[in-house]
Amino acid sequence: MTTTDLPSPGDLPEIAVDPAAFRHLADAQVAVELDTGDMVLNIGPQHPATHGTLRLVVRLDGERVVSADPVIGYMHRGYEKLTEFRTYPQITTLINRIDWLSSFANEVPFIAAAEHLMGIEAPPRAQYLRTILTELSRIATFVLFLGEMGLQVGAITPAFYGFRDREYVLNLIEAVTGGRFHPNFNRIGGIKDDLPWGWISECKSVMQKVLASCDEFDDLVVGNPIFQKRTRSIGIIPQELGAAYGVSGSNLRASGVDWDLRRDGPDYLVYNDLDWKVWTHPDGDSFSRYWVRLQETRESARMVLQMLEQLPSGPLMAKVPRIIKVPEGEVFVNTENPLGEMGYYVISKGATGPFRTKIRSASFSNVSLLPWLLRGVYVPDIVTILASLYFILGDIDR
Amino acid sequence: MGLVSSGKAPKPLQHLLNYSRKYSLWMLQWGLACCAIEMGAALAGPRYDVMRLGVIPFPASPRQADLIVISGTVTDKMAPAIKRLYEQMPDPKYVISMGSCANCGGPYWDSYSVTKGVDQIIPVDVYVPGCPPRPEAFIQGIVLLQQRIMSEDPAERWRGVTREPIVVG
Repeated sequence: MTTTDLPSPGDLPEIAVDPAAFRHLADAQVAVELDTGDMVLNIGPQHPATHGTLRLVVRLDGERVVSADPVIGYMHRGYEKLTEFRTYPQITTLINRIDWLSSFANEVPFIAAAEHLMGIEAPPRAQYLRTILTELSRIATFVLFLGEMGLQVGAITPAFYGFRDREYVLNLIEAVTGGRFHPNFNRIGGIKDDLPWGWISECKSVMQKVLASCDEFDDLVVGNPIFQKRTRSIGIIPQELGAAYGVSGSNLRASGVDWDLRRDGPDYLVYNDLDWKVWTHPDGDSFSRYWVRLQETRESARMVLQMLEQLPSGPLMAKVPRIIKVPEGEVFVNTENPLGEMGYYVISKGATGPFRTKIRSASFSNVSLLPWLLRGVYVPDIVTILASLYFILGDIDR
Repeated sequence: MGLVSSGKAPKPLQHLLNYSRKYSLWMLQWGLACCAIEMGAALAGPRYDVMRLGVIPFPASPRQADLIVISGTVTDKMAPAIKRLYEQMPDPKYVISMGSCANCGGPYWDSYSVTKGVDQIIPVDVYVPGCPPRPEAFIQGIVLLQQRIMSEDPAERWRGVTREPIVVG
């Protein structure tokens, strides 16, 4: 078996972990003064705060959490096994549905893995369109988060704003790809179609709307004293611990780790041509996770505006054989998805479908921190912390 | 309700009952996967707003619900929970199966962990096809269900009469 050489994935900053330093202080706080015995509270498997079908078995002492045990697998659909029975073009249909809020971003690393094994590179215009659509799906994901986080702390108004802006962005994606949710628009070697007529000016006006609504969220949610009370210094992830658990994406950046695969990873899509900034926040609490995602939404909108200005012309597809057979080899490609680092380890034996695919999805690692993170918090804070971590169940269970 | 269950209720009373049942459907949302977001857009999205059709999407418990919407992939691990909550709902109760996964397994037709269709566990009244269906399709399903509620004899459900399921589209 030949191993394909890859540029090394972006290195996480070197962080030493001392477990003794992170023994949770809450252990001491769960007092035995009033010994009432533990109560087991079963949250889920179907609960609005869990974004789907996460089940949490929580032991409570009064209103405090003694231990929390996430039970996953209610959305396990067997992707890794199914990929062994599908061809490469068919698999993009499946992996759209792993993280269903940002489907287009899921396709990118898998297609990149196949392209890398075949030695094909997509033409520049296709790369630009991919980047635009990835960033649009990031905006669609985050805008929903910005609204839904408000909903989870008891303010129902932001949810309507979130869904309103998401519809604008979904309209754009639908105009290009024909699908609101699951575009299935990437092809090995390029992209299926060009932009429709008038799309660019439409997209520019929508990005202005998104930027304006980010200001609205700033006023409505971030500046709200009740929201701040509910989220500040709640659910703090120390950066060493977050890195040790494999937490990635905005959750890690909210803990102060300046690490973004779009900038630090292997060169992918066209992020190097753009002028943009990686946002971090030193606190690591629920509030900073909201704040970082708000800034990233703005940054994505600015990136889309930049790309629309410098969109190159040219072909959309590289030369690709009619029947796609991927040469023998193995490759790991990871990219920065809205929820965090997503990677595909593809082993090919030269057939029309992969021999084995390992999917590294962000939410699985993000949620693995929950037993640690939820220990010692109050019951209402469980909802806040779950909402601020922002996971998708399809992304956890696959 | 002896009058209704015996099937001897006068026509105007039946009409009144159906009319009020039709416009106060308390809906238990069983959002599972991608379709749950489209269902959410139909419920909370200002563009669709399903509440104008008299569907109230937030019952506190299945014991207060008239309608359950299964939206998304039903896995074998999830199936017992769905059956249990369905059985907790009071009669007459309706089921909307939303999306290809809940209808028949969808893209996971050969997966080892997916239940191929929620109709294997509970009886389905309306099938909404699509992967995922647009919110408009879901609203169409609700409208068709309301038409059926309006036309049915309230007692027939208690007598165990079953009708052909509705397929949207």
